[in-house]
Amino acid sequence: MLEMTGITKRFPGVVANEDVDLTVLPGQVHTLLGENGAGKSTLVKILYGLYRQDEGEVKIGGERVEITSPAAAISHGVGMIHQHFMLVPTLTVAENVALGLHGKRGLADMAPVRERLMEVSERHGLVIDPDAYIWQLAVGERQRAEILKALYRDARLLVLDEPTAVLTPPEVDDLFATLRSLTSEGRGLIFISHKLAEVMEISDEITVLRDGRVVGRTTPSETSREGLASMMVGREVRLGRDVSDQDTGQDRLVVDGLHVRGDRGNLALEDFSVQVAAGEIVGIAGVSGNGQRELAEAIFGLRPIESGKVEVACRPIATPTPKSVRRRGVAFVPEERMRHGAVGELNVSENLMLVEYEHRPYVRAGLLQFGAIAERCKDLVRRFTVKTPSITTQTSHLSGGNIQKVVIAREFSADAEVLIVAQPTRGIDIGAAEYVHERLLSKRAAGAAILLITEDLDEALQMSDRVVVLYEGRAMCNLPRAEATTDRVGLLMTGVSEDAPAPA
Amino acid sequence: MSDFFTVSVLVATLASGIRLATPFLLSALGETIGQRAGVLNLGVEGVMLIGAYAAYITALRTGSVVAGVIAAMAAGAAMGIVYAFITVVMHATQGISGIGIFLFGLGFTDLLFRHQVGTPVPIDGLRGLDMGGLSELPVVGELFFQHSVLTYVAFALVPVVWFAMNRTTFGLNVRAVGETPEAADTLGVRVNVVRTQAIIIGNVMAGLAGGTLALDVGIFQQNLTSGQGFIAVALVYFGAWRSSGVMAGALLFGVVSSTVLQLKTLGIIVGANSTIAAMAPAILTIVVLVLVSRRIGAPSALTVPFERDN
Repeated sequence: MLEMTGITKRFPGVVANEDVDLTVLPGQVHTLLGENGAGKSTLVKILYGLYRQDEGEVKIGGERVEITSPAAAISHGVGMIHQHFMLVPTLTVAENVALGLHGKRGLADMAPVRERLMEVSERHGLVIDPDAYIWQLAVGERQRAEILKALYRDARLLVLDEPTAVLTPPEVDDLFATLRSLTSEGRGLIFISHKLAEVMEISDEITVLRDGRVVGRTTPSETSREGLASMMVGREVRLGRDVSDQDTGQDRLVVDGLHVRGDRGNLALEDFSVQVAAGEIVGIAGVSGNGQRELAEAIFGLRPIESGKVEVACRPIATPTPKSVRRRGVAFVPEERMRHGAVGELNVSENLMLVEYEHRPYVRAGLLQFGAIAERCKDLVRRFTVKTPSITTQTSHLSGGNIQKVVIAREFSADAEVLIVAQPTRGIDIGAAEYVHERLLSKRAAGAAILLITEDLDEALQMSDRVVVLYEGRAMCNLPRAEATTDRVGLLMTGVSEDAPAPA
Repeated sequence: MSDFFTVSVLVATLASGIRLATPFLLSALGETIGQRAGVLNLGVEGVMLIGAYAAYITALRTGSVVAGVIAAMAAGAAMGIVYAFITVVMHATQGISGIGIFLFGLGFTDLLFRHQVGTPVPIDGLRGLDMGGLSELPVVGELFFQHSVLTYVAFALVPVVWFAMNRTTFGLNVRAVGETPEAADTLGVRVNVVRTQAIIIGNVMAGLAGGTLALDVGIFQQNLTSGQGFIAVALVYFGAWRSSGVMAGALLFGVVSSTVLQLKTLGIIVGANSTIAAMAPAILTIVVLVLVSRRIGAPSALTVPFERDN
């Protein structure tokens, strides 16, 4: 039903797509697989009229089409489920669906929209309240609204851009059931993901992109997760990691009965406690938005603590400010590396020195000692394999993975005994992620106490000695590695407690 | 002071408060539509001045108040096209561009006035409607049934704007492009077209507000609006981007202005005190803005230009 041939799209300085072919058959789930920046999103944005290709042609149902705008894409039966939902939070579900449709005589009469929406939602088992405002909905419901928007317009070809990134494992199962019902009706699906297990489960065909080019086409029965990973990265990749048990020391970080308020005055953390011992990684798993950010900020003195206490090395921190917390030997890799981890406008060496610039030998009599700084930075860049033209390159010009390496080089090189690491591999490529994991393990081997906050369930389970699931600000469990299975933790992430019935 | 608290003076003060609220209400309602679409126009003051001058010169030359009103709206529309070009097409920073519009309006109208009129000539301005028996009712008649037609138009626009924003596809588009333009774009809504429409409608209303002012006092002079356009922008925040809230704010400012005038007329405040009292609306604006500084209900994409990152 869809044939894209010879698609090339250039941006200043990069070729995002080069001679890409993609064919999707009716009733098929066709997966686009690739790392960040491989060109998956560019390709589907061309299909949806958000970008215009420089070369190549698009055929839908055998006819050559020019897709110059999303409106044109919609009229050709293309629907898109965006990675960052394209929903207006202050409008209701029905209003979001009606947006862009032409009402009778210019009136936005919601009654017929609501009626048809309910019909479509029932047919596909996508339960939703049409009169709820988007901001009131949970992430899974928002995604249903996003899918319904496309189905309401009777999209025959649906593009799903990383639809599982924000979902809990049970929600992923529900989504996949929906997708199968859509293909059984003869709709074609383009599924974008970099989660290999999901790709193996849902795909009929897989096209792998790397650096904007198609590097392979396969089906799940012909390949394996390792095979897919190797195609994505372009070299052998070993998935999974054997983390040997090691003895732990004293508790270095103790969080006890923490209550913290979120940005909107809501209780973001409620009676939250966790202990991390020397030589131990404790993973905080959970869907983001359940108090993870507030936890890291509270420990690091960036957010006031309402009650409860934080102890580092058996002594409470009286007035937590980033400076006093750092002085006690705590380092922090924040989840938003471009907003809180690094200053994009500063160069690599300036970012590397942000913590230590006030100390000798890097400053004398108030003057920065550029010789000592350059020496230190060159050493860090080499040891942490940061790919940068020079230490004076502006940091925002580096790739996400390399910016993260700069942050990690700065935070891990200090003699911190406690590391707060939030979403360390989000949005970076497999190679850089492997590297971050190695560094975490070597810090663990050196006796650091590490609190690893991550929404990547595989990462949490693979790296952690113990797993704490955070749900709506509360700790749902504290499981040792051997007991933390995907199913068990995945269920806890949805708020289903093990010793209580499911919440109503 | 006891002179002030008599029925006749209080009624007269409230009635003139409603009259003085008219330009605030028209311009603030227009600004609400623009802001709901995500476009801030700090140049309302300048557009009002241009509207006021257009109404004045047209009424002076033709002797027709109706022609003056039409000219004010046409001048507003022209400024709307200019502002839409600057902000929507050229993506200029809205705050600074609006101040540019204000300065242009201030200087341009003064220049034209000196060139075309010179010494102020009064015109036959707006008259209150005579609604027969209704207008003669005690208290109620003076309060509600002796105003000019434009006052009734302004207050009638309150439910009209509400309806347009909440019950029409145009309003749905406006709210969407002011909140999440990317989402509207992916559904085929032409974001910049909707914004341009909203800007032009808002500017037509600002031009009309200026025209109302000039036709009401029957004269034009430099800086006739004396900050009312800026207060109108503040009223949008005060009213939390809702037409009913904007109306409450406009009435508040109208009544404060008329009270100050009345106290001066009665000689209750004189000399330096009257200068200070004349600052009441400005001080009130600041107080109001501090109190509503939380921006609850502000469109998320306010002041953010839209461009598909192609």
